[in-house]
Amino acid sequence: MIAPLLEIKNLHVGFDIYGGHLKVLDGVTFAVGKGAKVGLVGETGCGKTTTMKSVMRILPIPPGRLTEGEIFFKESDLLRVNLKKVRGVKGKGISMIFQDPTAALNPVFTIGRQLMDVVKYSKGAGENQAKDTIKDRAINALKDVSMPDPERIMENYPIQLSGGMRQRVCIAMALVTGSELLIADEPTTSLDVTIQDQVLRLLGNLVEEKRNSTILITHSLGIVREWTDRVYVMYAGSMVEAAPTKGLFSNPLHPYTQGLMKAVPKLTGEGIAEGVPGRIPNYLNPPSGCRFHPRCPHVMRICEQERPPFFNAGSDHQVACFLYKE
Amino acid sequence: MTEEILTVKDLKKYFLTSRGTVKAVDGVTFSIKEGEMLGLVGESGSGKSTVAYTLVGIYQPTAGEITFKGQDIGKDFSKRLKPLKKDIQIVFQDPGSSLNPRRSIKQILELPLKVHHISSNKGIIEQVAKLLEMVELPLDYQYKYPQAIGGGEKQMVAVARALATNPSFVVLDEPTSALDVSVQAKIINLLMRLQQRLNLTYLFITHDLSLMRNVATRVAIMYLGKMCEVACTSEFFQNPLHPYTQMLLSSIPVVSDEEEMLKPKKILSRGEIPSPVNVPPGCSFHLRCPEGMELCSQVDPGMVEVGEEHTVRCHLFQGAKIAASTSQGEE
Amino acid sequence: MERSAHATFWSRKLEGFGRGWYKFSRNPLSIIGLIAVLLVSFLATFAPFVAPYPKHAGVFVNFAEASQPPSLRHLFGTDVVGRDILSRIFFGFRFSLMLGVVVLTLVVPPGVILGLTAGYFKGTWIDTVIMRITDIFVAVPPLILALAICSVLSPNIFHAMIAVSLMWWPWYTRLVYGLSSSLRNEFFVQAAEVTGASRLHILFKEILPNCLSPIFTKMSLDMGWVILIGASLSFVGLGVQPPKPGLGTMVADGRIYMPDQWWITVFPAFAIMLVVLGFNLLGDGLRDLFAVEEV
Repeated sequence: MIAPLLEIKNLHVGFDIYGGHLKVLDGVTFAVGKGAKVGLVGETGCGKTTTMKSVMRILPIPPGRLTEGEIFFKESDLLRVNLKKVRGVKGKGISMIFQDPTAALNPVFTIGRQLMDVVKYSKGAGENQAKDTIKDRAINALKDVSMPDPERIMENYPIQLSGGMRQRVCIAMALVTGSELLIADEPTTSLDVTIQDQVLRLLGNLVEEKRNSTILITHSLGIVREWTDRVYVMYAGSMVEAAPTKGLFSNPLHPYTQGLMKAVPKLTGEGIAEGVPGRIPNYLNPPSGCRFHPRCPHVMRICEQERPPFFNAGSDHQVACFLYKE
Repeated sequence: MTEEILTVKDLKKYFLTSRGTVKAVDGVTFSIKEGEMLGLVGESGSGKSTVAYTLVGIYQPTAGEITFKGQDIGKDFSKRLKPLKKDIQIVFQDPGSSLNPRRSIKQILELPLKVHHISSNKGIIEQVAKLLEMVELPLDYQYKYPQAIGGGEKQMVAVARALATNPSFVVLDEPTSALDVSVQAKIINLLMRLQQRLNLTYLFITHDLSLMRNVATRVAIMYLGKMCEVACTSEFFQNPLHPYTQMLLSSIPVVSDEEEMLKPKKILSRGEIPSPVNVPPGCSFHLRCPEGMELCSQVDPGMVEVGEEHTVRCHLFQGAKIAASTSQGEE
Repeated sequence: MERSAHATFWSRKLEGFGRGWYKFSRNPLSIIGLIAVLLVSFLATFAPFVAPYPKHAGVFVNFAEASQPPSLRHLFGTDVVGRDILSRIFFGFRFSLMLGVVVLTLVVPPGVILGLTAGYFKGTWIDTVIMRITDIFVAVPPLILALAICSVLSPNIFHAMIAVSLMWWPWYTRLVYGLSSSLRNEFFVQAAEVTGASRLHILFKEILPNCLSPIFTKMSLDMGWVILIGASLSFVGLGVQPPKPGLGTMVADGRIYMPDQWWITVFPAFAIMLVVLGFNLLGDGLRDLFAVEEV
C-alpha cells in the first residue's frame, strides 16, 4: 500500500487552563490519500479545528500542549522538523481555507496585492519571477474561481466584495500555491444556501481538475454526503467512525453517528428525533473508557472501562465501538 | 376554522443609510392563525429578521398595518402598553448575546416576572423554579452565569424568559441556527411540546427549509424584502412554484436518497442576492431567475393565489390560476 | 434549601475569584504592579508610624544634618534644611494618593452616568447635547486649564483637585458612550426592552455591569496619570505647597542642587515613577481579570 499524503497517528493535544488540563484530542488517527476528498464531521467542540491547527502548526502554545502523537506529511514528521521547514511545507504542500473569509483577508490591502503576495511566496519562491508573470498568475487564479472581470477585482478591497466572492478569493489564494493538500475549515458556514451550493460546486470542480487532496471540515452531514468520498466522524477528541461516504450514509454504525443522522431535519418530513441525549463531556474530567458512553443508548460495562479501538465492519468501514467487536 | 391572531398588511420598513435607502421590508402581507407555526424563510438580506423586529416593536414600521388580536399595534414601541409587551415575546438568534453575561440565570428570569408583577416577591422563587422545570433545566442552574452553560442551554433559558410573561404569540428568530443539530433537535422538540401545552402561536424565522418541512404548518419565502411564495407545508414542498423556491430547495444538501428524490430537478443556483440598497427593477429576482422573461425586468409581479392557501408572486403564474390548479389536480 | 443555595452562591463566588486570580497571576508584571500599589498605599496610610522621622514632614529645620547624602541614618539622605527625604516621600505618597482618590471619586460617577445615557440615546438630542459639551471640555488642554484655575484661585492642593477633575470627566463619558452605544444593540438589552423593563433597569442593571471592566481598568491607569499631573502642578508650584511634602514639590526644590546633591531630586522622582508604574501595571492586570471567559 502506498503511504498516504497526510497521516495523523494517535494525536493527543490539550490546553492548560485554570483548574487543570483540558484533554481535548484523545488519540486522533486520520489519513488522507492522494487525490482523496475526505470529510471530517463533528459537532462544536469535538476537536476538528484543534486537529487541523495542529497539522498547520498554528496551535497557540501555550496554553496548548501536544502530549503525544505523530503527524506525517509526505512521510516527513511535521512535529519533529523545525518550524522554518514547516513554513516551507505549508507554503508548498498544505494550504487552508477558513470559515470566515472576511477575517482571512486583510481589509487594508487590495485583493490583487494579497493574491500576488501569495503567488510570490508560493512554489518557486526565490526564483525572480517577473512582475508580469506574477500578475498573470494572480489573474488566472481569479479566473479559475469564475470571478467575473478579474482585472477589476484585483483593484478591489475585500469590503467591496460579497461574502461568496470573498470566499472565492480565499479559494483562489489556497489553490494558486499549487499545494497538494487543501484543508477547508467550514468554508461555507457563513454563506447562504444558494451561495454555498455555488461555492461547493466550484471547489469540487477545481479540486478534481487540479488533483488536490482535500479535507473538508464541517458540521453538516448533508455537505459531507454531497461532496466527499470518505468520511471521518469525530466525537469528543477522537474518531468514532471512518467509512466511504456511501457506506456511512447507507449504514451508519456508531451509536453517535446514528443519533446525529436522526437529529438532522429531513425533507421527507418525518419529524426530528432527539438522537443524542445529554451534552458534550467536560474535557477537564472526561468520561473513562469510551468518551461517548454516558450518552450511549447501547452502553455496556466494557465501555466504561476500556477505550474502544477501531474495529473493522465491512469494506473499508471502521468503527470505534465495542458493539462491533467480533 | 381557527382565528387569525395576527395580520400584517403591506408592511414596509426602510432604513436611511449613507449609501441610500435600504428597503429592508417592502410591502409584505401575511397572517398567522392561532396555534399555528408559520415558517418565514429567507437568505441573509431578505428582511425576515426586520419583519420579526417590527412585530415585537424593536423597529417602528415605515408604512403598513399590523393587527394583533384585532388591535392595531404598528405604532411606536415606546407607546406600546405593558399588556401587549406581555403577550408578544421573542427568542433571539444568538444565545451568546441574548443573555447578559453579568447577570445570573435567576436574575435574568426574574426580570419579566417583576416587570409585569406576575407573582409576589415570595412567589418569584417558585416561579423561576417552574420556568426552569418547563424548559427541562436543573434547578441549580439559576445560580449560574450564562458563560458557564452550553449554547443549547442558554437558548433554553432564553425560551424560558420569553415564556415567563405567559405570552400567546412568540417570534422565534433563528433560535437554532447557531447550534449543532443534536442540540437543535432538543430545542425544537421542546418548543413543539410547549406550543401544544401552552397553546402558543409561533412565527419561526429561519433560513433552513428542511427544518421547516418538519415543524411548520405553513411556510413563507422572502426575497429582498418581498414575499415570493406562501403555502401550507405539505403543498409547499410537493408543489413549489416560484423559481426562487425551487432554487433554494435544490441547493439544500441532504443526507439520504429519498430526500434527493423530493428535491426539484437540479436548478443550478447562480448569481448573488443584490444589495438591498440597489434592488433590480421589475421582479427583484429576475437577474438570477432561470425562467426570466423580458416582462420580468420591467414589471414587478403581484401576489396571485394559485391554489387553496397557496400564493405566488411570479409572472409565470399571473392569470394562470386555472392552469396551476389543474396541474395540482393531476397529482 | 435556602442555606444550600447560599452555600453554592458563595462557593461559586470563591471559584470565580480563584479563576480571576489565576488569570491575573499569569502575568508577572501585574503582580509587580499590585505589590507596588499595595506597598505605596500601606506607606501612605501608616506614614506617621512607619516613617523614621515623622516630624520632618512639616516645618522642621536642622542645619546640622542638612544636605546629607544617603546613609544608614538617612537612607535617602536629607534636604537642604536637614529633613529626611525618605520620611517626606512617605508623606508625599499621602498627597498623591489623596489627589488620585478624590479626583476619581469626583469624576467617575458623573462621567459614567453621562456616557451611559448619551450612548443609550445615541442619535437623539440627548446624545448631541451631552457629547458636544464633552467635546468642549476635551478640547481644553488639561495642564493649561489647571494652571489657569490654580493661578486665578489661590494655588493649593484643593484647587488642584478641582482643576484636574474638571478636565477629567469627559474621558469617562467618551469611554462609556462607546460601550453603551454598542451594548444597547445587544440582544439581551433588546430582550429587556421587549419585556418592558424600565430605562433605569436597562441602563444600570443591563448595560452598566458590562462596562465595569473597562471603567476599572481606566481608573487604575488614570490613578497614575492624575498623580503625575498632580506632581507636575506641584513641580511648577501650583499644587502641594511647601512645607508640605508633595512629591513634585520635592523634585522641584531639589533640582537647583543637581547634580551634586542628586538624592534630593532623584529619590522623589523615583517615588513618582513607582506609583505611576504600579497603577499602570495593575490596570493591565485588571483588564485580564475582568474579561468574561467562555468556559
